[in-house]
Amino acid sequence: MSITREPTSVDLEITVDVPVEHAFKVFTEDFDRIKPREHNMLPVEIAETVLEPRAGGRVYDRGVDGSTCQWARVLVVEPPHRLVISWDITPAFQLEPDPARCSEVEFTFTSVGPEQTHVRLEHRHLDRHGAGWQGWRDRAAGDSAWGIYLERFRALAEA
Amino acid sequence: MTDVWYAVSDSTRRQVLARVAAGPCSVGEIADAMPVSMAAVSQHLKILREAGLVSMTPAGRRRIYQARLEGLAELRAELETYWTQALHSFKQVAEASYLAAKEPQ
Repeated sequence: MSITREPTSVDLEITVDVPVEHAFKVFTEDFDRIKPREHNMLPVEIAETVLEPRAGGRVYDRGVDGSTCQWARVLVVEPPHRLVISWDITPAFQLEPDPARCSEVEFTFTSVGPEQTHVRLEHRHLDRHGAGWQGWRDRAAGDSAWGIYLERFRALAEA
Repeated sequence: MTDVWYAVSDSTRRQVLARVAAGPCSVGEIADAMPVSMAAVSQHLKILREAGLVSMTPAGRRRIYQARLEGLAELRAELETYWTQALHSFKQVAEASYLAAKEPQ
């Protein structure tokens, strides 16, 4: 499924056996069931993940105690073909407050049949996190962010 | 090659990695800062090296360990895992809900 070519981006694609309108609707309205739960910056478990499907909308996790963590901004919504969100998370698994140091993720939905949609994901401009990555060493002490981040992905990969 | 996830699954090993990431150092320097033996530190460093997280450079009779900060590649691999998982979930959710809507029970 990986079609990555650019070193500073991640490209993935998948074909889904549903019409393009349904694919886009599920992706934007059921994002809660799509985003891996293990990826969590809250100190408590995630109750739900919300994607507000409009330009300027937020993408955030809401914890079981009501606390929230906004980790992305909705940049472009063009139903049923295109969705772009920012990725406001540093490689050390902290929120990135500076938009200039955030990457972005574009999802394109292309109809390839009456009941088949091709979805392409491009997570690009990863180099913008460069400075953040340099700093991971400072935050890597003990069991802090980096190790926990890797732990979570390990659990995910083995799930 | 040792799996990177396995390499960081041990909390002592993560502490060794954190110490190496803070700056190049020898086995002795790491062991001094932790309540573990030099032999144990060496074993952890071996696994970290096999996973590609740490590199070693001989300096005279000493061996200096350093974190490998090919960060972008690591980050890409992590994001690829994350998004692959998300796309698979998406396919399942979309296809199940479409079938349910098309063929109501």
